[in-house]
Amino acid sequence: MSMQVLFGQLLVGLINGSFYALLALGFAIIFGLLGIINVAQGTFYMIGAFSAWMLLNYAGIGYWPALVLSPLITALIGMAVERALISRIYKLDHIYGLLLTYGLMMFIMGTFIFFYATAGRPYPVPADLLGGYNLGFMFLPKYRAWVVVVSIALCVATWFVIEKTPVGRNLRAATENPMLTRAFGINVPALLTFGFGLGVALAGLAGVLAGPIYTVSPLMGGELVIVVFAIVVVGGMQSIFGAVVTGLSFGVLEGLTKVVYPKGSNLVIFIVMFIVLLVKPAGLFGQEK
Amino acid sequence: MADAPSLALRDLQAFYGDSHVLHGVSLDVSAGEVVTIIGRNGAGKTTTLRSIMGMVERRTGSIMVAGQEVIAAAPEKIARLGVGYVPEERGIYATLDVTENLMLPRRLNHRGMSLEAIYKLFPNLYERRHSQGTRLSGGEQQMLAVARVLRTGASLFLLDEPTEGLAPVIVQQIGAAIELMKSEGHTILLVEQNFRFAKKIADRHYVMERGRIIDMAPRADIERRDAQIQQYLGI
Repeated sequence: MSMQVLFGQLLVGLINGSFYALLALGFAIIFGLLGIINVAQGTFYMIGAFSAWMLLNYAGIGYWPALVLSPLITALIGMAVERALISRIYKLDHIYGLLLTYGLMMFIMGTFIFFYATAGRPYPVPADLLGGYNLGFMFLPKYRAWVVVVSIALCVATWFVIEKTPVGRNLRAATENPMLTRAFGINVPALLTFGFGLGVALAGLAGVLAGPIYTVSPLMGGELVIVVFAIVVVGGMQSIFGAVVTGLSFGVLEGLTKVVYPKGSNLVIFIVMFIVLLVKPAGLFGQEK
Repeated sequence: MADAPSLALRDLQAFYGDSHVLHGVSLDVSAGEVVTIIGRNGAGKTTTLRSIMGMVERRTGSIMVAGQEVIAAAPEKIARLGVGYVPEERGIYATLDVTENLMLPRRLNHRGMSLEAIYKLFPNLYERRHSQGTRLSGGEQQMLAVARVLRTGASLFLLDEPTEGLAPVIVQQIGAAIELMKSEGHTILLVEQNFRFAKKIADRHYVMERGRIIDMAPRADIERRDAQIQQYLGI
């Protein structure tokens, strides 16, 4: 096994792990706050990527503005969906949220396939991030380094907002005891809409970052949500720290497995999931009830 | 304070799922008055306060806070009319530290106490200000629950058994905080099992049984009607 291959796969693993972490982080925020198992999280990742592609091809708006605009568009769509549909089922069992968002995923994906078919569309790497660094033991493309750095920075920033700011304090309070939090004058329904928007915006941003690495297609994100499930189960359903750490580790774990036993790379995270479920059902960073 | 809000309930009915808990509660608390609801466990005292806050599944009748009808209003709207709620279960957040618990309720005006003044009133809380809310002792959690509503500038307080299960020295501290609210002219509706505590501060007492108000005794009548009140409380 050459060092080149090992580090190459580690990098791919870190990239995938970055996307996993962003999606899982958003998923954990939404589950913790709204009690909704958002199966459509991968769909919002696709919406983020597609809106960036549309901005570029229909409006000539490039990567850097899209990095801000696409997550905002994703958040707005998410908040509209939350107000119109999801907010109606908070009083019902978790399974209804899962079914509703599953239907939402099928509807949105189907609509995109109807208009754009399933073929992948390329999104160019922004000119500022072309090329790379020769580290001696491997070649590191600038864009890939950027994706890892910006993803980790975003996860840290999200953690900071939730743990250290008044908005985060209100979000935590609403997660823990929504009714009492309302009785303290806090508009929890608005906070839930905001939380859903924040959760899907993280997925949308991951989609924009992913565009230049993969291709943009209505099918992207479909299989990703299965991995996100495994991540949040292993990390602990509501733990934002667990989502980020497990997301990154799973990406790396997949990469390493590709080096030593390529056939097992798709399976390895699910084996980990089974073991964790057997030993610590609440997840590695979850609270036992 | 002349602008403390009054509270008036008329034929209040409340439901949790299939169970009908309040059967037409009517009571009045005038601005600046301290009124208790006494009665046995399960009489509907806590549900009355939760209904006023809009925290029950379904309610009918009329609830007037400061002259405004709030029977259909959301809890956050009711709180913003100047209502400070101290729940029976204390409602201290585990995911918030002591300071965050204090800062959580939305500030309504500038008449509320500052964080410094609250910490001066409850020095224990200051010492534990960085602790996770639920790491506090029961007494400290109760102080925190009372202290939390002092910062907002609310002037109608709903207090649900603030002395329940507390050591006498802590009951004194809570009592001092309630006396302070009273001396500032705030309106207080207090649910209290500890009648010895309640009769020292309250102007009037409503007696509740099976989801209804069955009697009312002003402070002046308490001594004379002591035997009857003891009977109501099942002591």
